[in-house]
Amino acid sequence: MSAIELLETYITPLLGGLTLGVAAMWLLFSLGRVAGISGIVWGVMAGPDRQWRGFFVAGLLVGGLIIHTVIGIPIPEQSSTSLSLVALSGLLVGFGTRIGGGCTSGHGVCGIGRQSLRSIVATITFMGAGVLTVFVIRHVVGGAL
Amino acid sequence: MKSWPALLSGLLFGMGLSLAGMTDPGKVQGFLDITGAWLPDLAFVMGGALLITLTMTSLILRRDKPLLASSFNMPTLKTIDGRLIVGSLIFGVGWGLSGYCPGPALVSVVYGYDTTVVFCLAMTAGMFGATLFNPKTGS
Repeated sequence: MSAIELLETYITPLLGGLTLGVAAMWLLFSLGRVAGISGIVWGVMAGPDRQWRGFFVAGLLVGGLIIHTVIGIPIPEQSSTSLSLVALSGLLVGFGTRIGGGCTSGHGVCGIGRQSLRSIVATITFMGAGVLTVFVIRHVVGGAL
Repeated sequence: MKSWPALLSGLLFGMGLSLAGMTDPGKVQGFLDITGAWLPDLAFVMGGALLITLTMTSLILRRDKPLLASSFNMPTLKTIDGRLIVGSLIFGVGWGLSGYCPGPALVSVVYGYDTTVVFCLAMTAGMFGATLFNPKTGS
């Protein structure tokens, strides 16, 4: 494994993950809020507390830009998934995260971080469903979707 | 409530997701593809994030209140119910289909790809759709 591959496979994901953790802990420490993206996005649209949530989402968009433009990490290529499947995916993600009370950040990063049993169960459940789904689209229908 | 701390948190969160490569849906699907060409990236991202949250959360919650707000606002539900399981199952299927979850999808909107824009619009519709099944819309 070359130094670049080592960096891309292990080091930047680890550094990125640590940064996510710090971001979530700063929100908890400063405002006493959970950094769950699906809940924050919903709050921007439906309230309450639109303002801080709106600022969080604005930061999210700018933060990604900073990494790509200032630090020079390349922008990932566009997904090869068809638009209709992406639309279905988005519907399910929006619907499921609201019914299940959180997503990868709220349940996975923050919830497990405070050792919430609900979040541990949710994370195992959506990871399992994700694994099964990828298995089906890649190995059963063979990328025909 | 003050907004600049949320802006800072969002900035760091967006930087973390992009740095980690999580805005590349191929890497996410690669992690979920455990019987194929498995990609370990997401495990390191979660590991790094949990290293911080598992150690810091209880320390922070020991304080009487947050630094810049009057009280901690934590989830109160404790029970494992059908909504948690069914919702997470549906979310997981959607996540596997495209490799996008809410955070990375939002960050990716600035890439200007039609897939990321369509995903976020559909996600919004799905969130509103969920209100039909949930009179209580907690955060």
